[in-house]
Amino acid sequence: MQPILAAGVPDLGPLWLTLRLAASATLILLVVGTPAAWWLARTRSRFRPAVESVVALPLVLPPTVLGFYLLIFLSPTSTLGGLWVRWTDTTLTFSFAGLLVGSVLYSLPFMIQPLQSAFEAVGHGPMEAAATLRAAPLDAFFTVAVPLSMRGFLTATVLTFAHTVGEFGVVLMVGGNIPGKTRVISIAIYEHVETLRYAEAHVLSAVLLVFSFVVLLVVYSVNRTFPLHVG
Amino acid sequence: MLTFDLNVRLGDFELDVAGQLDTGRVTAVFGPSGSGKSTLLRVVAGLERRAGGRLALGDEVWLDSARGLDLPAHRRPVGYMFQEARLFPHLSGLGNLRYAERRSAAGRRFVALDEVVDAFDLEPLLERKTSSLSGGERQRVALGRTLLAQPRLLLLDEPMSALDAPRKMEILPYLEALHPSFGIPTLYVSHAVDEVALLADRMLVLDAGRLVAEGRTAEILERLDLGPLAGRHGAASVVEARVMRHDAEYRLTWLDLAGQRLVVPQRDGFEEGEEVCVVIRARDVSLANRRPQGVSIQNVLAGRVCEVREDADSSFAEVSVDLGPHRLLARITRLSLHHLDLAAGDQVFALLKSVSLSKMRAAEEVEASPEHHLGEPLPLRPSALRRRAG
Repeated sequence: MQPILAAGVPDLGPLWLTLRLAASATLILLVVGTPAAWWLARTRSRFRPAVESVVALPLVLPPTVLGFYLLIFLSPTSTLGGLWVRWTDTTLTFSFAGLLVGSVLYSLPFMIQPLQSAFEAVGHGPMEAAATLRAAPLDAFFTVAVPLSMRGFLTATVLTFAHTVGEFGVVLMVGGNIPGKTRVISIAIYEHVETLRYAEAHVLSAVLLVFSFVVLLVVYSVNRTFPLHVG
Repeated sequence: MLTFDLNVRLGDFELDVAGQLDTGRVTAVFGPSGSGKSTLLRVVAGLERRAGGRLALGDEVWLDSARGLDLPAHRRPVGYMFQEARLFPHLSGLGNLRYAERRSAAGRRFVALDEVVDAFDLEPLLERKTSSLSGGERQRVALGRTLLAQPRLLLLDEPMSALDAPRKMEILPYLEALHPSFGIPTLYVSHAVDEVALLADRMLVLDAGRLVAEGRTAEILERLDLGPLAGRHGAASVVEARVMRHDAEYRLTWLDLAGQRLVVPQRDGFEEGEEVCVVIRARDVSLANRRPQGVSIQNVLAGRVCEVREDADSSFAEVSVDLGPHRLLARITRLSLHHLDLAAGDQVFALLKSVSLSKMRAAEEVEASPEHHLGEPLPLRPSALRRRAG
């Protein structure tokens, strides 16, 4: 049990943990999701629908299902979980690393789908023009595709971050409720309600509510009224 | 010399062409819609990745599927101008030019930023967002950007097709001046005969993915059997004439065409005594078997019928008229043909409703300088360009 500083003022540890988790997951997804989204936007492979379905799975699966499978695959008795224990002397389940794996999978569609649409909107035209101006593919990607997809990147980043902040089911299944390690804000709220400490639950809930509204406001404002011009 | 032997299959369409192009000049790639003109250009540029065969510019091989060689687009020294400009919307006019300039090999730079800004009057467009430019302005920036890639082969894919008639007239002088000023061998795709006649001195004719004719523009345009490919309004003749004098009062220019006189609305930039090309569309030519009296048409040329082509499925017939050194193509109705009772050898008078004028083309100038080799630009003559573009 964390010490209660004053009546109604909750411990803010879960808030910082949540922000750290969301930032890490977003960063990893930016690095992994960008090439994946580019591939999906450009490929003519017949495997594309299958890959798209896998990417979209976290949108439709109950988080507990994802969490359940992760619990099994990450547990020390599984191959992956066992290797992790051998390398790091810690378990993947009920740890920050495990939460991160869960968050990355859980928020995958929120990164890939906006990026894929943005890349598809860029189309072949500008990329072909760049190629005939001697831009190698990677050069053309960073100097043409990325600037033209800036709004997609902003939307994807903000949505991924916000979605990770709001996750509950996966975290509960994989991470449990360990203060300072896996107790994120949504778990803390749940715990406060369970123990009938409504004042603390109110404060944390209000923080999440305001945060979510601001995030959505930013996304919608940028997409509707603010054409981005870079360079 | 561009040598090509290409095969590419896109769905139901197959392009299968082989040939050689003398690349010291402007070659039009001509044919009806869907004949494979743009596909050919895309294959040459390396934008169509499923092409098979062989392609080489000089002794530099770009594609040789037998050896598994296929140089990617960004490593082929071509400049490609697309129908729809394809400027980068996140960059300004200058940003677009710089994009090309920065990526060209420093050692091979022969077109400078200042030169294209000057040549295409881009100064007022440099700081503008590309989204605020008109169609003609966009094409001018795109033209400058293409040249700054320092191409050894220019590929122009119907650069005027997306423009309306006034915009075309705005961009045409720049295109006409392109080869004389920068001396880069050019492939120019078009399905408009008058554009081809004005801009190109050689042409390739494509139909349904096959090469059906190749040769000098004037000769190809005179060939009656290609008429159907040029479309209903297509066929045209190109003849040479000399500027005799300008008439300031009526704003007209008098020309001498192999001893016969021709009068056209005055166009600036043509000097007295200068040799010019005259483009006459076949549908603008009417025929009479006596010299007509009391008509508003000023241009009447006397000649002899040398060939008549008649198609029972069409209302029209095409008549080739010998004017001495040139041939003139006329498109008249079959009914008129029978009323006039024209046959080869008959004396005939051609009434020209409209003609257009262009400078003698750069090819002759290139031929006149045998030391000029491929990829090595001609000395720049911005003054010549100024005069024409103005």
